Amino acid sequence: MEKEATSDTAVAELPTPAAPRQTITRVARAVTIREPASTLYRFWRDLERLPEIINHPAEIRRVSRTESHWRVSGPLGDVEWTAEIVRDEPGRLIGWQTRHDSSVDITGQIEFLPAPGDEGTEVIVSLSYDPPGGKLGATVAKFTRDSADSQIYDALKRFKALIEAGEIPTIKGQAVGGPQRPRKGEK
Amino acid sequence: MKALVWMGKKKVEVQEVEDPKILNPRDCIVKVTSTAICGSDIHLYDGYIPSMEKGDILGHEFMGEVVEVGPQVKKTKVGDRVVVPFTISCGHCTHCLRQQFSCCDNTNPNWQLAETLMGYSPAGLFGYSHMTGGYAGGQAQYVRVPHADVGPLKIENDLPDDKVLFLSDIYPTGYMAAENCNIVPGESVVAVWGCGPVGQFAIRSAFILGAAKVIAIDSVPERRRLAEQAGAITLDSGDDVMEELKALTGGRGPDASIDAVGMEAHGSAYDQIKQTLKLETDRPYALRQAMRCTRKGGTLSVPGVYGGLLDKIPFGAAMNKGLTFRMGQTDMQKYMAPLFRLIEEKKIDPSVVITHRIPLSRAAEAYPLFIEKRDGCIKVVLDPAA
Repeated sequence: MEKEATSDTAVAELPTPAAPRQTITRVARAVTIREPASTLYRFWRDLERLPEIINHPAEIRRVSRTESHWRVSGPLGDVEWTAEIVRDEPGRLIGWQTRHDSSVDITGQIEFLPAPGDEGTEVIVSLSYDPPGGKLGATVAKFTRDSADSQIYDALKRFKALIEAGEIPTIKGQAVGGPQRPRKGEK
Repeated sequence: MKALVWMGKKKVEVQEVEDPKILNPRDCIVKVTSTAICGSDIHLYDGYIPSMEKGDILGHEFMGEVVEVGPQVKKTKVGDRVVVPFTISCGHCTHCLRQQFSCCDNTNPNWQLAETLMGYSPAGLFGYSHMTGGYAGGQAQYVRVPHADVGPLKIENDLPDDKVLFLSDIYPTGYMAAENCNIVPGESVVAVWGCGPVGQFAIRSAFILGAAKVIAIDSVPERRRLAEQAGAITLDSGDDVMEELKALTGGRGPDASIDAVGMEAHGSAYDQIKQTLKLETDRPYALRQAMRCTRKGGTLSVPGVYGGLLDKIPFGAAMNKGLTFRMGQTDMQKYMAPLFRLIEEKKIDPSVVITHRIPLSRAAEAYPLFIEKRDGCIKVVLDPAA
């Protein structure tokens, strides 16, 4: 899936930010997950397990029925925002927007669309955002895996593995030989 | 524990490393009782598979006893005697449910790297570079096995390790290669390039599936002899293979061809130089010959491992003759149980390929022995206890 190639309609449906800026970046990523849309929607709407699929230290705190406070550690330090759900179509779509007093300006949505045959559900996330550190931050982030695009894609892949396989694959902490780790008995 | 560790091109050593731990709730730990060196390990040893890191533990053909299970493991129990497939599969994604286990969506933690190289990421593999997950391998005394209820096959009889160990890779791999040939019982002629272990199992499986004739091609006399013992007609790679195959098939050519050689074929100085200069990653000499030799409308089955980019592929021959290509890493979990039954029924004895038994502690010496085919070496089994 090429960046931004997912669906123009998905991006076009986003609520327009109050004051469009030059530095707005748009990303869209998709995965197909073998579960009904309602289950996947609930996972995202409940928020509780979302930190598990974010490959960075993340804290998500529910503030009200439609608002949540997020803190994610990224390449430029902690980024915090308060997100407000502005569209909620159970089993189909969640759209959100950061509040004006947040340190970042993000408009996003996640859609759950039926996939053909027995494939399950197509999950599409699209974000429009003003990267931390403005244009310079985006330029820096572009060259790292921590850019919003790869973070979203990574989160979607981890979401898929968690839902389908029950766990996210890892080799962190496995047995390795030198020089990756000191040999047994050595410091 | 002791483990065989990759330390760079043509450099492996047995090291004392930490024992593996349960990392995910569906993992188990297997105490290895038998493990083997695979022909595809040569590609790692020779440095032709990208994304290896010094310190990686090799090996993907192993069996043993389950000594620990994670909290979400339901079926597999401590004490079970199991053969572990080389592919790691979740059992729940669309590909697994379609029995395309080697294409599992959810077992490669390094899927980004695989997507960059291949477009989409196949399943994680034991001990086979970081683009397929970087999982620590089985040439070790203990191994962490993810998705313990999906992969390992429980062995509940007293068949010795030698007879069932190769259910971990090469027997199912040879069998799937033969199955991919669409053999018409009593009619099909199958040509097999390479009489190494996978070739031997492909030959035997082709006969089990009803092939009328199997013609096997290899340059090594003792490997040809082993193929002849299974009933194959053999050709020396140095022969005019095309003309010999025509003569043996009434001028039609083989209905199906199997490339059981893969990316480090011998016979072409051109490829040796280009691979050395990194102008191509693979030496597809056997593949080219198989593409030219397969009959019109025939099938080309590729169990041999390829890593990347191939040069001078006679695609025109394939297109104009209307060949069908079948290939892939083996969908292990689909084949292990039925092939185990063939072993129990004595339809096949996988242990015939074993020529050498070497202690794990001396595994580093076994690699050059196997690669140079010294001392009639066809298959090395390592004893992890020694």
